[in-house]
Amino acid sequence: MPVAEPHKKVAPPRLALPVFVPDFMASASAQSANESLHTALDNSVTKKDYSRRTMLAALPDADALRALAGNIKRHTLDHLDYYLELLEKNVVAHGGQVHFAADSQQANDLVIAIARRTSSHLIVKSKSMVSEEMELNHALEAAGLEVVETDLGEFILQVDQSHPSHLVMPVIHMRAMEIGKVFAAHFKVPYTDDPPTLAEMARVYLRNRFNEADMGISGVNFAIAETGSVCLCTNEGNGRMCTTRPRIHVAIMGMEKVIPAMEDLPVFLKLLARSASGQTLTQYTNIITGPKRPDEHDGPEEFHLIIMDNGRSRILAGDYRDTLRCIRCGACLNACPIYRKVGGHTYGSIYPGPIGALITPLFNGLAKHKHLPHASSLCGACYEACPVKINIPEMLILMRRDQVRTGITSRAERWIFDLWTWGLRHRWSYRWGQVVQRLVLRRFPAKDQWIAKLPGPVAGWTRVRDFPRPPRHDFRYLWKEHQAAKQATHGRGATP
Amino acid sequence: MKVSLFITCLTDLYAPTVGMAVVKTLEHFGCQVDFPADQTCCGQPAFNNGYPEHARTLAQRMIEVFKKADYIVTPSGSCCAMIRDHYPHLFADDEVHQPEALEFVGRTYEFIEFLTKILKVDLTPYRLPEPVDFTYHYTCHLRGLEMTGDPCIGLLRQIGNCRFVPLEKAEQCCGFGGTFATKYPDISGAIVRDKVQCGNRTRAQVMIVNDGGCAMNIGGAGHRYGSTFAVRHAAEIIATALEGGKDNARR
Repeated sequence: MPVAEPHKKVAPPRLALPVFVPDFMASASAQSANESLHTALDNSVTKKDYSRRTMLAALPDADALRALAGNIKRHTLDHLDYYLELLEKNVVAHGGQVHFAADSQQANDLVIAIARRTSSHLIVKSKSMVSEEMELNHALEAAGLEVVETDLGEFILQVDQSHPSHLVMPVIHMRAMEIGKVFAAHFKVPYTDDPPTLAEMARVYLRNRFNEADMGISGVNFAIAETGSVCLCTNEGNGRMCTTRPRIHVAIMGMEKVIPAMEDLPVFLKLLARSASGQTLTQYTNIITGPKRPDEHDGPEEFHLIIMDNGRSRILAGDYRDTLRCIRCGACLNACPIYRKVGGHTYGSIYPGPIGALITPLFNGLAKHKHLPHASSLCGACYEACPVKINIPEMLILMRRDQVRTGITSRAERWIFDLWTWGLRHRWSYRWGQVVQRLVLRRFPAKDQWIAKLPGPVAGWTRVRDFPRPPRHDFRYLWKEHQAAKQATHGRGATP
Repeated sequence: MKVSLFITCLTDLYAPTVGMAVVKTLEHFGCQVDFPADQTCCGQPAFNNGYPEHARTLAQRMIEVFKKADYIVTPSGSCCAMIRDHYPHLFADDEVHQPEALEFVGRTYEFIEFLTKILKVDLTPYRLPEPVDFTYHYTCHLRGLEMTGDPCIGLLRQIGNCRFVPLEKAEQCCGFGGTFATKYPDISGAIVRDKVQCGNRTRAQVMIVNDGGCAMNIGGAGHRYGSTFAVRHAAEIIATALEGGKDNARR
């Protein structure tokens, strides 16, 4: 029987998702006080949320379209094995190659193996959340390969060696000033914070890299099973450069990205750009089917599609299947009051915001991220914004339930809820509870009937706002008075 | 019309006058209001924190207590949404109790919803003694009650001397969220400060908040950071207007 030797460090089990902020509470507290972040987020994500509303309201029946998109996704997920096989068959039929990866390590190894076999040294990459999930850049660099992010936001993050804070606007947390400093150091040029100048710097640099690259890596917004195509939606055109210019194109997708047929695609295209950025369509929508044909001039010689599981089949089998509908539009982040105050990094995961609060614990285990399902006011703005109708608040509650059931929730809290429920099962104990609350609370000093400081379970409340002092009489008392007064009037009225 | 009032625990203890305003309004429009004294809580805190069995126990009690009511009306949006959105699921696997649960859900209304959908009241003959500018916080749980389009604003605008001022980021949560407010005070505080600032920018004297929890939250933050508006439930405004009587408007 193998026994762990005390002097040897045992590597912790590899998490499905990278975690880069260990302490949610500390980060949440710091960001909640960061008013410049709040202003920045209001000027970006809150505005995007309003554009989304306007754009969706302009559609004849946005709600029906969202329901349709949700149903297409539900259907696909219910028959995922079938559609993945169909996708594989059709990609191969068009000259592409399909690889299945059980986890992110396998997916990284596949990319490295393709690079080695095709003698690829320089890799250009377009934005892809699944590659963030894999920490692909680290793996490629560790294998001695050079990789360049070509989405402007992701390029800035690569140069800055930091993490995205939003699903579609990865550098939303950075100001032009900070980007200017990063670029000045990287390109060894005089400092500027003029956005067009900064963009031009990146553009000139990236243009050369596109020309020199051996391999292009892209994500997949939608994979169409019926035709074996992958659809890419970008705004900068870098996705098109990555997938046409280099000799090899490797597209990587989570296994939930498949949709049945080409006729389903417009439903999602109509919703994706509107929900993500308030656009009718992204600037570039590429539909790629296989590598370059013999009679074609442009395009890669090889097309590879890597389909990654990394815990998705486990999610598929459980109560949270609906989370796999997500098309990573970021609308729930933009609508979320919590995200607007803490920003993306606080979530500690590459998937932030309401959807991140759900899927990060699903990938990495509920115990690892015990705060995420609770740090929500359950206001429902995310559900209202979601283009595929994922009922995020309902599933956050479900996750809280699972935390209770698996003992992740503290025993003290479970006892409190047992006691609380018992107390509310009887009229006398409810009344007693209310009377005690009133008597206790009325002993604390109050100004204009507001208490500024309370101890114990409500200390958190009074840390940021005042607590109301209960009035001398509760409703039950006023009701009795009202009944008595009515009877008196009624009695007088009856006397002739 | 017989109406049973579900007062909710927060309103019972912290805002009893809101309850009385609801009673007076309903009685004014000819309802026979009754208050089943056995009522306690709908179970929302337990449900939201992941204790569906606890919530179910209290739900069953609610159904029993309000068995005889024609209509159940409550001044709190979130408690109403708990009943309407979640009670059907709580009893989904229970053939014995599901029918009465669904029937109970069908009889339960939020106060403004009841005035507009069932009583279909007309407030145009009434007016406030003094002009009041009001703004309106869209409490989140109305989302589940299909009350988008803000019937409350429309209703209050019928009242003379009652002027509506729109609120910036009206759809953004106030940061209450039940236990969230005490578990994550820093985040909750940042959100509610935003709400108070938006309220102050309206220069309205009153912010209408039709939910006990949100009212405590916005009111408490308003007092801490300084607000130029008072937090009121719509019932309080309506009851004040009704007190003047119909002739009031023509004067």
